[in-house]
Amino acid sequence: MRHGRTRFVAGFLAVPVALYVIYVIAPYAQAFHIAFTDWRGVNADPRFVGTENFERLLADDVFWRAVGHNLLLLVLLPLLTIVIALFFAFLLNAGGTGGAGGVRGSRFYRVVFFFPQVLAVAVVAVLFQQVFRPDRSGMLNAPLIAMGLEPVGFLSDTDVALWSILGVLVWQAVGFYVVLFSAGIASIPRELFEAAAIDGASGPPMFFRVTLPLLWDTVQVGWIYLGILALDVFAIVWVMTAEQGGPDHSTTVMAAEIYRNAFEYFKFGYACAMGVVLFFFTIGFAALALRLSRRERIEF
Amino acid sequence: MAGAVIVRGRAHAREERRRRLGPLSALTHVALLVWAVLVIVPIVWTFLASVKSEDEIFGDAWSLPAFPRFDNWARAWEQAHVGQYMVNSVVVVAFSTFGTMLFGSMAAYVLARYRFRGNRAIYLLFVSGLAFPVYLALTPLFFVVQNMGRVPVVGPFIGLNTHGGLVLVYIAYSLPFTVFFLAAFFRTLPGAVAEAAFVDGASHTRVFFQVMLPMARPGIVSVTVFNILGQWNQYQLPLVLLTSAKDKWVLTQGIADISTAAGYDADWSALFAALSMAILPMLIVYTLFQSQIQKGLTAGALK
Repeated sequence: MRHGRTRFVAGFLAVPVALYVIYVIAPYAQAFHIAFTDWRGVNADPRFVGTENFERLLADDVFWRAVGHNLLLLVLLPLLTIVIALFFAFLLNAGGTGGAGGVRGSRFYRVVFFFPQVLAVAVVAVLFQQVFRPDRSGMLNAPLIAMGLEPVGFLSDTDVALWSILGVLVWQAVGFYVVLFSAGIASIPRELFEAAAIDGASGPPMFFRVTLPLLWDTVQVGWIYLGILALDVFAIVWVMTAEQGGPDHSTTVMAAEIYRNAFEYFKFGYACAMGVVLFFFTIGFAALALRLSRRERIEF
Repeated sequence: MAGAVIVRGRAHAREERRRRLGPLSALTHVALLVWAVLVIVPIVWTFLASVKSEDEIFGDAWSLPAFPRFDNWARAWEQAHVGQYMVNSVVVVAFSTFGTMLFGSMAAYVLARYRFRGNRAIYLLFVSGLAFPVYLALTPLFFVVQNMGRVPVVGPFIGLNTHGGLVLVYIAYSLPFTVFFLAAFFRTLPGAVAEAAFVDGASHTRVFFQVMLPMARPGIVSVTVFNILGQWNQYQLPLVLLTSAKDKWVLTQGIADISTAAGYDADWSALFAALSMAILPMLIVYTLFQSQIQKGLTAGALK
C-alpha cells in the first residue's frame, strides 16, 4: 500500500509537471537570460551583452510611449469599468440591498451585459474596426454625418485612437463585473441590510455605507484583474488599429512592441528585455494593489 | 393556500422595493436600457451587414439590406476558409480542454489530498504561473516549440505549425488556474467515501476516477467552461506558433487576418459574414448555458 501510494503520486504528477516545466517555467527562466544577450536569429550565437538592451530601452521613445499607454489604461480601465459595473449592480439588485430579482428584467440585463465577455478579443477588435469606420458606412459616424457634423477619426486620429481602445475594453469588461458584483451583493446576509433599513438607511447612502464596504474584497479582486488586463492588452491593438499600434504609435502597448521586436524584427534579446520590464510592472502593480486596498476584512 | 400567501407576499415585497426606489426607478430603466442597446446594436448591425451587398456596406451604415444575400455567408465559409478555421478551432480546443482537465485534475487532486515532501513547492510552482505575463515567455516559447519539433518520432506532431504543439502549450498555460481552482475544490470534499472505497480494496487511481472526480463535478464543470472559452478565444499563442501554416489557423487568427490583410479589394460582405459566423456559435452556446457560463467565468474571482 505504501509503495503503491508513492507510485500513484509520482504517476499522477509526472505529465502535468513535465508539461508545465517545459512550456511555462523553462521559457520564463530563459527570457531573463536572453534579455542580457544580443540574440537576433536562429543561427547567430547569443552573445552576453550585460545591460546593453536595457540601456537602449531607456532611450527607446516608442517603447516609453507604449509604457505610457499601458499606464493610462492601467488607471482608467479599472476605474471606469468598476464605477459603471457597481452602478449597474446597484440598480439590478434593488438598490444594492441584495433583494432577489431587483428591478423588472434584471435577469435579462444581466444576460445581455455579460455577452461581450464570451467573445474573443480578436473578434471584438474586427467588429469595432467596422463600427469605427471613418465615413458614413461606420455605425458611429453615419449619424454624425447625417447631422452635418464632422466625422470622428476613431482609429485614424492620433488624439482619439487610444480612447477608442479604452472604450472597447470597457464595453467588453463591464458585464463580467456586473455579474461578479451582483453575486457579491447576493452573498451578503440579508439581516445586515434589514438592520440598516431599520436604522433608516436606503438608496445611495445604504449603498455607500453598507453594500460597498461589504463588497470591498470583490472590488479589490476586480481591480487587480482589470489592472492585469490593462497591462496585457494586445489583440485589440494589434488587430483593430492602423499600423498595429498606430497611427504613428499613438495606440501601441508593451505587448505589441514585444511581439513586433521578436517576430518582425527578430530582436529576441531586446524583446525579452521589454518582457522583463513588463514583468516588473505586473508584479509591482499586484503588490501595490494588494497593499493599497488592504483594509480591515469584514467577516460575515 | 400557503402558496397564494407567499405569492402575495412576494408581490408586496416587490411593490415595496419599487416604492422605495421611487423616482429613481424610471431613470434606472433608462440607464440599463442604454447599456443594453450599446451591447446589442453593434452585434445586430454586424449580422445585418453580413447579408448586405458591397454597395450597401459602403453606403449609409444604418440602412437595411434590400434583400438578404446569404451567398456572403457561403463565400466566407468556402473562399475565406472560415469553415476550415472553425474546424481547426474545434479540434484544438477539444483536445486541449480534455487534456487540461485530465492533467489539471490529476495534479490538483494529488496536491490537495496527499502529503509528501515537495507538495507545497510543486503547488506554489503551479500557482506562481498565475502572476506572470505571457508576453515575457513568448520568445523563448517559440524556440521551445521549435525544438520539440526535432524530437525523434513525435517531433513532427508537436513542433511549430502543428495542432499538437498548440494543444500542449494550451494545456501547460491553463494548468495554473485549473490546478489552483480544483485543488481548493478537492480540499473541501469529505474523505469518508474515499476511505470506504479503500477499505473495499479500490486502488488510488480507481478512487480518483470513480469516487472523487464525480464528487468534484460542480468544480470540474466550472473550470471546463472557463478553459473552453479561454482556449477558444486565444489569439496570441496561435499567432506565434502557427504563423506559417495558414491551413492550420484557428478561427480568431482567420477573422483577424481577413480584416488586416484585406486591403482595398477586400470582400467586405464576406468579412461581415465571417464575423457573424464567429459570433453566432457563441451566442447560441451562451443563450443555452448562460448561467453555467457566468458561474464558470466568475468562479475564479469569487474564490
